[in-house]
Amino acid sequence: MADAGDQGGSVSEPLDLVRLSLDEIVFVKLRGDRELKGRLHAYDSHCNLVLGEVEETIFTIEEGDDGEETVKTTKKQSEMLFVRGDSVVLISPQPPS
Amino acid sequence: MLFFSFFKTLTNQTVTLELKNDISIRGTLKSVLNEDKYPHLSSVKNVFIRGSVVRYVHLPASEVDRGLLEDACRREAAQGKQVQGGRG
Repeated sequence: MADAGDQGGSVSEPLDLVRLSLDEIVFVKLRGDRELKGRLHAYDSHCNLVLGEVEETIFTIEEGDDGEETVKTTKKQSEMLFVRGDSVVLISPQPPS
Repeated sequence: MLFFSFFKTLTNQTVTLELKNDISIRGTLKSVLNEDKYPHLSSVKNVFIRGSVVRYVHLPASEVDRGLLEDACRREAAQGKQVQGGRG
């Protein structure tokens, strides 16, 4: 722990922006038409994440009888979730709405 | 190493894994082994799950020390930067 000062607010690489969102609500877009909103508790260089109070939204396309396609959203709640980084598309700081 | 250490603290806890093929597996974390509790897979007592097929791990929130995890995360972020600087 030579320079603890380095843990401050400096932003020199992309993941530093994610660090500033620790303990804040973030929006995460995932592969497979999924989105998450939750409080960021941890991340690493692979974008593995631990989120708390998570709401997951899954977008699926449903085809009606007339062949018309509609987008259906399914929402799921989870109190604590580990997300594997290879599914992550983007992480965005987001104030609670 | 952050999540390796994190999951080590969660051994013997019951977790639900959601895989990328939408299969969910609920079981007790035995460092890398899971005791399976799903009927159609109940012929196996222990399973090894390759990390790359995992989408989510649903964790027991009561067993996670959020403050400790965030501190460890900040520490690792700072440490990673030092290593990077040393190499460059």
